[in-house]
Amino acid sequence: MIGIDWYLALSAILFTIGIIGVLIRRNAIVIFMCVELMLNAVNLSLISFSAYHGDIAGQILVFFSLSVAAAEAVVGLAIIIAIFRNNLSVDITKVNLLRW
Amino acid sequence: MHDIIAFLPGVIIAVVGLIALLMEAYKKSADQIYGLTIAGILAALGVAIAALFGDSGTAFTGMIVYGGVASFGAVVILLGSLFSVVVSRDYLMEIDLHRGDVYSMILLSIVGMLALASANDLISFFLGLETMSICLYVIAGLIKDKKTGAEAALKYFLLGAFATGFLLYGIALIYGATGHTNLTEIAAVAEPTLMFMGGSALLLVGIFFKIGAVPFHMWTPDVYQGTPTTLTAFMATAAKSATFVAFVLIMSRMLPESDTDIWTNVIQVVAILTMVVGNLIALAQDNVKRMLAYSSIAHAGYLLVGLAAGTPEGFTGVLYYLFAYTVMNVGAFSVIAYYERNKGLDFTEIESYAGLGFKFPLMGVLLSIFLFSLVGIPPFVGFVGKYYVFAAAINAGLIPLAIIGVLASAASAYYYLRVMVYLFFKDSHKEYSLKPASLLFSSAVVLMAALTLYYGIEPVLPFSGLIELISSYYSL
Repeated sequence: MIGIDWYLALSAILFTIGIIGVLIRRNAIVIFMCVELMLNAVNLSLISFSAYHGDIAGQILVFFSLSVAAAEAVVGLAIIIAIFRNNLSVDITKVNLLRW
Repeated sequence: MHDIIAFLPGVIIAVVGLIALLMEAYKKSADQIYGLTIAGILAALGVAIAALFGDSGTAFTGMIVYGGVASFGAVVILLGSLFSVVVSRDYLMEIDLHRGDVYSMILLSIVGMLALASANDLISFFLGLETMSICLYVIAGLIKDKKTGAEAALKYFLLGAFATGFLLYGIALIYGATGHTNLTEIAAVAEPTLMFMGGSALLLVGIFFKIGAVPFHMWTPDVYQGTPTTLTAFMATAAKSATFVAFVLIMSRMLPESDTDIWTNVIQVVAILTMVVGNLIALAQDNVKRMLAYSSIAHAGYLLVGLAAGTPEGFTGVLYYLFAYTVMNVGAFSVIAYYERNKGLDFTEIESYAGLGFKFPLMGVLLSIFLFSLVGIPPFVGFVGKYYVFAAAINAGLIPLAIIGVLASAASAYYYLRVMVYLFFKDSHKEYSLKPASLLFSSAVVLMAALTLYYGIEPVLPFSGLIELISSYYSL
């Protein structure tokens, strides 16, 4: 029996990898992939909490967050295509974006 | 009351939004969709105003609240949306964006805002916020053939999605610590454990991002500058109001018992940073639209002062300020959009405003009214809003915070009055004429100016009524 700690640790590690990726990568698509990684790490947390509490709400939230992530992907990829048409590049340092 | 009735404004807007999408698919003219949009928002606004004086409670098994705070939030959101949609037509026609899909996107984002402003559960909070944000990403990127528009959209989207990750992680940790997603159920069992505090902190980071508070404000000026001006007004008022109402609901319902002091201190620090940084950078702006973007950051700071107070009085002040901010800010953006419509003349820098006030007096005077109100000078509604917010902070013992707020808003007078100096006291050597404003546009702007004046002179009555509404809401 694997305890909840392991799932939470894995989720935290994946989330951190996602954050680091967003902060250091320059390709807009890779940054977007890292954001998706963050969201999916959270989904893992939600499911393990849900199982731990024996409560269904966490799993319901996962379905919503998956659909939100899908909608975000649609809009996000469209925006990245628009950027590509303007600049012929998806390197965010080349579109003069300020870094956060 | 039936659940659907409790969320009727949102239902109306959702249905109208879908009809607008279908009409676009069947190639109806943009003017028809525009008319339908205004009719739908007016109907929803009527229902929301009626609900303001009705009873309050929860619906959809505790997922949303209605009446009280939620209804007031809906009224402010719909008012801001109504005015920004009405003034949009002339401006959007000029930049070839007077299209049906733009209006349906606006309507769908209003649905998200209404859900957000009545969220009583972290799930409905998350869904409302994301419905709103995803539509706003599209709106930010409407001008996709210009670099600024696409850049604004990309920046908003990447940072917004990044913030969503934090927000969702915060929700997951709160859920893990308490086993609930309902705000009141969380408040009942919450212990200040590491997991709960960490979750709340991440949730706050997500909210601070969405309201554009310093240090999470980096997207705001670029996005506001890259978006079509009248839709910037929509983003800066309706979207911000929705997020602030949700923030009030979370502060008052989820975090009241559990170590409010910590959150009060955090919000105080963020409020000070937001007011100071927003105002200081606005001082240095020559682009009027970007100046207003930084000023809207500063206004988020004043609103946070009321939230830092953490009392019902402070929350009421925040709600009233949202109303004031919405009316005067949409007004200011509309007049700027009126100038910007004349593309050949390029009214973006403040120098180009020289002499406009006497040449075209009506719009000059109206812009001055909105700017005076944004400064917070007495006979206008902006003063009343600021007064309530700062008074609540002083009554809650946050005197240094209130002093910094008042000083910051005094400094803000410089950049607002500078626009007026250019309008009325500088001469321009160019001869030109502006495109005439349509009757609908002028009357909407005059109505906003009238509201700015009326609620500045007659503030007492709506405010005491508001306090009653909120206290009845607290006795739920």
